[in-house]
Amino acid sequence: MTPAAENSGPDPAQSLALYERMLLIRRMEEKLSADSAAGVLPGAVHLYIGQEAVAAGVCMQLEDTDWITSTHRGHGHFLGKGGDPKAMMAEIWGKKTGICKGMGGSMHVADLSKGILGANGIVGGGLAISVGAAFGEKLSDSGRVAVCFFGDCASNQGVFMECLNVSTLWGLPLVFVCEHNHFSEFTRAEQVTSGNIVDRARAFKIHTAVVGGNDVEAVWKATAEAVARARRGAGPCFIEAETYRIKGHMEFEKELLAGGAYRNQQEIDDWIARDPIARWGGKLIERGVATATTLEEIATRVAQAVLDAVKFSHDSEPADTELVFDLMFAGQRP
Amino acid sequence: MARRRYTQAINDALFEEMERDPKVIVFGEDVELAIFGDTRGLLERFGRNRIRNTPICEATLTGMAVGAAAAGYRVVLHMMFSNFLYTGFDAIANQMAKLRLMTGGQLELPITIMSGYGGGRSNAAQHSDTPHSLLMNLGGVNVAVPSNPADAKGLLKTAIRGRNPTFFMEASGQGGTSGEVPEGDCTVAFGEAAVAREGHDVTVIAIGTMVRPALAAAKQLEAQGISVEVIDPRTLVPLDEDSIVRSVNKTGRAVVVDEGRDRASAASHIAAILADKAFASLKAPVKRVTVPNVAMPYAPNAEARVFPGEEQIIQAVRTARTAP
Repeated sequence: MTPAAENSGPDPAQSLALYERMLLIRRMEEKLSADSAAGVLPGAVHLYIGQEAVAAGVCMQLEDTDWITSTHRGHGHFLGKGGDPKAMMAEIWGKKTGICKGMGGSMHVADLSKGILGANGIVGGGLAISVGAAFGEKLSDSGRVAVCFFGDCASNQGVFMECLNVSTLWGLPLVFVCEHNHFSEFTRAEQVTSGNIVDRARAFKIHTAVVGGNDVEAVWKATAEAVARARRGAGPCFIEAETYRIKGHMEFEKELLAGGAYRNQQEIDDWIARDPIARWGGKLIERGVATATTLEEIATRVAQAVLDAVKFSHDSEPADTELVFDLMFAGQRP
Repeated sequence: MARRRYTQAINDALFEEMERDPKVIVFGEDVELAIFGDTRGLLERFGRNRIRNTPICEATLTGMAVGAAAAGYRVVLHMMFSNFLYTGFDAIANQMAKLRLMTGGQLELPITIMSGYGGGRSNAAQHSDTPHSLLMNLGGVNVAVPSNPADAKGLLKTAIRGRNPTFFMEASGQGGTSGEVPEGDCTVAFGEAAVAREGHDVTVIAIGTMVRPALAAAKQLEAQGISVEVIDPRTLVPLDEDSIVRSVNKTGRAVVVDEGRDRASAASHIAAILADKAFASLKAPVKRVTVPNVAMPYAPNAEARVFPGEEQIIQAVRTARTAP
């Protein structure tokens, strides 16, 4: 897909592609949620359900040669940037055919060939890496950009301020994308966050945008402008996208919380009513870009992609245990 | 051969590697004027796209090294003092040391992190640490500990040309010491210890800053009829276990000298290797000469009380020589 011109919305083909990408993220994660509930997945998964418009709207403005860094909630960014669903599913199942050969798992899905520098288990861990990638591209004068996805809780890490400072100071081709999903793990964001996060970026005189994170078109447009600015050397931008984490911090959290709760069902239901995928589907029909049949065809295709990923993963061999020793270093044993 | 100071040898290596490969970049705190002298003159020659001062933000700098390496650069990050590695430790321990495995080998990280370490000059507790063992324990990073100008130059060249993150530990108190450095493009391979002095009674394995006092001690002991072999591992990761074990198999007695704090130190690691691999040859317990488990004090006399040197090495060799 060719990125849209600044400030224009997605054309019909792009509109449908955005819908399909969001739906793929959703259906893949619903499968992971079910597998997790069944207790068959090897490790924990942190699901992105409800936030798909951010990953799709941002990533579909990027080329494979642009970089992203992601978070512990990284499946959406991986798939949004064009990562292979089969290789992701196999990775989460700890298979040899996984995108990281089973060595990374859910929290570390990465595909360098697609510019995906990896999900990251450390809150805020991707920030400085994206600054470094943007620094490299600036030195190379490549026109490539780096995008850093992080959450509201990562904006409370000191490294966030450091990264705003150095990237603004050096005019780096970087887009900060803060996904405000209202939760800092098992704590409400407002309990641990003072003021508005966007004001922290504004202190650096950086270009900022605040968008509805459940509105894929708004995310798409804001990203088009931010990426265009970064590419032409106008320095970093900051986008805050308000969205909502429909699922818990992690699957299985009910057991850990032992009856405790940090939110009520009414709030979750209110946000489900603002579901980014249903909302975009409705708009596509309203605009005559799609019919119910078109959307059903997309849903069928996505369901098949998920089945293919599941089958691929299921048919794959477990990870090669000896790789642990081969992969710590390049050309050297640990 | 040319006579160069330790700092000059490092500076030579940086100049030569930056000339050789346009993808080598240097950044860090105050690298342009270079308080240690090691990066001096690079700005005038290469310009700010190859070397630049950064803000003081270690947590970001170490992460940036990872990102810039992913974007195709050979990164040299100067962290000034080793204690400042602690402020940047998240990206070191959680990213740099693990990303290659976590990505299934997709990522190569040609990163060299330079920092001065060690005490002895009243720099007090926050500018005198020797964090070798912390770095050794991370798993995915190399640790180079050059003890002389020739090794400083050769190991730095190997680090910069390498495919993995390497901590280049500068003996900051010895920047002015001179030595012979081979002319031309000489590298020193990782994982190859040097026999700094041959002997047959006791093996002294001395690390980095401790090689000089170990050699001085060996000279004194020779006059007293004790022949000391001094082994300089040159890199702690990878570690040339074979050379260390071979020497101890010959002498049957070993002293390990390390400027790190004693508990879980490079010295105790090497002692454990000897217990494992040279047990049958050992005629006496392996002795360690290290810093006690304290923070480095400021007052010169208090620092001297805990700082390992020639006298402690001589005592340890005598003990190893006479035991059991």
